[in-house]
Amino acid sequence: MTERGELQAAVAAGVVGSEEPFRALLSAIVEVARSLFGAKASSILLLDEETDELVFEAVVGEGEEHLLGMRFPAGKGIAGWVLATRTPLVIEDVRTDPRFAADVAEDTGYVPSGLMAAPLLHGERALGVLEVLDRPEASLFSLHEMELLGLFANQAAIAVDLLLKARRAERVLAGKDDLSVVARLAAAVDALEAERREAGLQLLRDLAATLGDRRS
Amino acid sequence: MGDVAGHRWDASQAALPAWSLPKDAVDRIALPAEWPEQVTREWAFGGSTGRGARVCILDSGVEAGHPSVGELERSVVVTVDEAGEAVVAEDTEGDVSGHGTACAGIVRALAPECSLASVRVLGANFAGSGAVLLAGLRYAVEQGFDVINMSLSTTKKPFAAVLHELADSAYFRRSVLVASAHNMPVESYPWRFSSVISVGSHEEPDPLAYFYNPTPPVEFFGRGVNVQVPWSGGRRLTVSGNSFATPHLSAICALILAKHPELTPFQLKNVLYLTATNVGGGR
Repeated sequence: MTERGELQAAVAAGVVGSEEPFRALLSAIVEVARSLFGAKASSILLLDEETDELVFEAVVGEGEEHLLGMRFPAGKGIAGWVLATRTPLVIEDVRTDPRFAADVAEDTGYVPSGLMAAPLLHGERALGVLEVLDRPEASLFSLHEMELLGLFANQAAIAVDLLLKARRAERVLAGKDDLSVVARLAAAVDALEAERREAGLQLLRDLAATLGDRRS
Repeated sequence: MGDVAGHRWDASQAALPAWSLPKDAVDRIALPAEWPEQVTREWAFGGSTGRGARVCILDSGVEAGHPSVGELERSVVVTVDEAGEAVVAEDTEGDVSGHGTACAGIVRALAPECSLASVRVLGANFAGSGAVLLAGLRYAVEQGFDVINMSLSTTKKPFAAVLHELADSAYFRRSVLVASAHNMPVESYPWRFSSVISVGSHEEPDPLAYFYNPTPPVEFFGRGVNVQVPWSGGRRLTVSGNSFATPHLSAICALILAKHPELTPFQLKNVLYLTATNVGGGR
């Protein structure tokens, strides 16, 4: 038995290809967030449910080279709090929080002095955390910015959901021959030219009818 | 105690139901007629330091002995074992994120003589956090705190029914549940329940400014932007978010209940309404 939706995910993967475009979308989101808030850095952390860790999935700005792929326990620190409580949070002068410094700064040499963090919520699930680091020190935080942060987090959550679906599809393709054949079929028909393509599609329609699809 | 995994509520914990009122029982529920002609802030909490009121911080733990927090009545950590049973133990770790200390500090600043307790429901692992949250709230309700500060919520629908039951139970047992509204347009709980006092943020710098919202589900707004708070490690930070507006309202509830311990959550919410900055707060 396969999980509901896996077959469709596998087909989608066969057509769409890899997770790359979704990763690019995440990068674009953190880039815009950083730019709009005038911040020094922005990142998206994803929850790895198997290891109960948060992983830096997209990073732009200071710490970019070091942070990508870095992991830390999901029950810890400010990001952990935001994830567990599903509540956004803004903190100025993070430098004075020893936990935050210990988690991230020691490895990167980059210690932010301010942090905005919002949970990435998709339905009932918390997928990760969006962070914006070091807004300009002169500007006091306002509720308008909190709303903006929430909007970005919503957008990021949709992109993350797509990324996770693409990953699941890739796992299906890699691990299960009976499903990957469907994706290979879709990709193969997609690559055919004119007459051969029509013949291929007709073959698929006949197959669908044989399997009981009345629309065929 | 109820079973966390099975979501049972032990009916023996509740008083015998009084679902009707026989003629000869009317005298027995006579209430003291102490209400002033006009409920003012002076009447509600003038001169109150919170002394006698017990406030529970359901959060990431609280750093006891922080100069801005002081000593705690007690500090426990709640976990859920493999069988789904709640385990409550003395908390020796303190605060795992700093957030609970911030909430405790806000309450302490406004209600300097209230009793503070910490029930830590965060920090073990993320996966179990929903069940632990329920178990922690259940424990806090059973302990009969006057005010339970809940600067957190869950988006998991399966937990909503149990949370609702717990929130109602707290309401009937005279424990006021003060819960953060979500900053983002998502369905989360327990702040959406009418038996709790739900709190969003305003931008005013006055910690005693609070507004009633005539268009719920968020019922009150407290100070939640650029708030100076204590943090773990003996430090202080400037923070923003509804989770910091909530302890402002918790503290005001503690001030009122310390002065008027006879108030039920229903009456307390009325007093908050009548003394809100946009209602009668100037008087």
